[in-house]
Amino acid sequence: MATVAGTAQVPAAGSGDEAGGRRARADAPRGRWRRHLPPYLAISPYYVLFAVFGAFPVFFSLYLSFQDWDGIGDMRFVGLQQYSWLLQDSVFWHSILNTFEIWFMSTVPMLFLALVLAFLLHSQVRYAAAYRVAYFIPNVTSMVAMTIVFGSVFAQSGLANSMLKAIGIDGVSWLTSALGIKSAISIMIIWRWVGYNALIFLAGLQAIPSELFEAARVDGASSRQTLFRVVVPQLRPVILFAVITSTINGLQIFTESQVLFYSDDPGTTGGPGQEGMTIVLYLWQKSFNDHQFGYGAAMGWLLFALIALFAIINWRLVSGSDRDGRRGIAWRKEARNGR
Amino acid sequence: MAADHTSSTAGLAIGAGSRRARICVRVALLLGVLVSMFPFYWLVVMASGTNQDILDYPPKLVPGTQLLHNMGEVIDRIAFFNSLFNTVVVAVTGTVLVLFFDSLAAFAFAKYEFPAKKFLFGTLMATYMIPAQLSLVPQFVTMAHFGWAGTLKALIIPGAANAFGIFWLRQYAQNSLPDELLDAGRIDGAGFFRLYRTVALPLFRPALAFLGIFTFISIWNDYIWPLVVMVNPDRLTLQVALANLSVAYNTNYAVVMAGALMSVVPLIVVFLLGARHFLRDLAAGATKM
Repeated sequence: MATVAGTAQVPAAGSGDEAGGRRARADAPRGRWRRHLPPYLAISPYYVLFAVFGAFPVFFSLYLSFQDWDGIGDMRFVGLQQYSWLLQDSVFWHSILNTFEIWFMSTVPMLFLALVLAFLLHSQVRYAAAYRVAYFIPNVTSMVAMTIVFGSVFAQSGLANSMLKAIGIDGVSWLTSALGIKSAISIMIIWRWVGYNALIFLAGLQAIPSELFEAARVDGASSRQTLFRVVVPQLRPVILFAVITSTINGLQIFTESQVLFYSDDPGTTGGPGQEGMTIVLYLWQKSFNDHQFGYGAAMGWLLFALIALFAIINWRLVSGSDRDGRRGIAWRKEARNGR
Repeated sequence: MAADHTSSTAGLAIGAGSRRARICVRVALLLGVLVSMFPFYWLVVMASGTNQDILDYPPKLVPGTQLLHNMGEVIDRIAFFNSLFNTVVVAVTGTVLVLFFDSLAAFAFAKYEFPAKKFLFGTLMATYMIPAQLSLVPQFVTMAHFGWAGTLKALIIPGAANAFGIFWLRQYAQNSLPDELLDAGRIDGAGFFRLYRTVALPLFRPALAFLGIFTFISIWNDYIWPLVVMVNPDRLTLQVALANLSVAYNTNYAVVMAGALMSVVPLIVVFLLGARHFLRDLAAGATKM
């Protein structure tokens, strides 16, 4: 996505280097290296840091996933054993199921609400800045602190149940039943991310050129037609961005589950019935509580595969019927050129 | 961006032209703000009450008078200032390093041609996609091997330059760093680093404000990595200390809530100080992807 903008800029940048190029030819090839040295130096910190703290651990984790190791004693090569244990581990499968359920229960309402909110914000001109700040603040605050707050709101005699009781509904077992646990975590995620996504959708809405709306009006399109034929196709890249981001984040849910449902006893981490056990929580627990480093490394790789697979599926789903979207973009370019 | 000029078209999009529709929109937006803000209000209510207030039915919906007392308890029970100090050190140094290294790299990628540039940038974007949890275990082992586990270095150094910031600043530089200015500097004999310092850095300012706040907030809120790597219980970040407090004093809600409030407030202050820049640039970054 990004490289499109990048290549367009290259000729402009090249023109600046021509003067340097002429100079360099005089004392090549040493001068050439001297000329290229500063930009290499400038970009090197990231690559050095990534090599040490990013790339090396990734390969090391592949190596570790073929070992049995508690982090202190000797490693023992076990081949693909960790993976095969993992595939037979019912808690692991349960954690995958939980993660996907929470992802689904949070992402679908979250994106829908964010879209609605973006439309509302777009039609409201006064106090726009204040609204944006107010809607963004949940995303800024500490997840640990807010999980503690929500944990108390959803407690058996907490605020949520008190309010339900006030309107005559029996208390919900938010933190003890399967559906309750997942709803509580989903609500926290929705609360945290609706404003963020709404602002991103809003930026997408504002980027739609007004010529498109005028063209639609001239053609006699109804509001409904305008919404589905102009707005939604134009927003598709932004929606795609939001879906991919929430997929990657959603499959790595950890803090909410860990703060609410961690316990010293491995069998009860994840809450009653381990319904709040997510993939990353299980990975963390196996690695750093039970010191099964090889097992944790193998889980990391399966998580990576899952995220990659799922991101691709979502990509296909959202951009799959891309014909309309492309046409929309072409139309937008024409509208700009015609001006 | 064409912020307010297109607003008139929005009415068309959702069919909200009438006075009644406008009132509906406003009421819905205010309701949304209420839901967004309520948990903070509720946090203040709980942090300022007694433990009994929190357990009572019907719940007390207005703040109490015990805030200072509860905060004092937090300070007595956990090394609050120590954790706050660690968090501030990590967040400030981490942010400064990110701003420096990322802007330097972004400047090179945006305005210079050098062999293998495309390949290097492609690699950078690819590394951005790797989830951190993939290598949580080996990252910890690496830190232990360096003898960094339990030190602040382990929180600062690995994240001192990041792909997101480089990518994002590069986009910004391409649009707002005029080549003419750089050429003028070259004619005066300025080299790469002087152009960076005298031309690029001043023009980067608005973008750095956004990246700075974004980085600061994410370092401040990071939980899983400090939880794993800060093995020394005397040396924790605020998030980990708070989580420990909530486990150790899970019967004394009021104190836990006061701790939560104390960990949230500094961040909200930083955010509000830079909110205008932040929100504008966040939105701009997302639509350019």
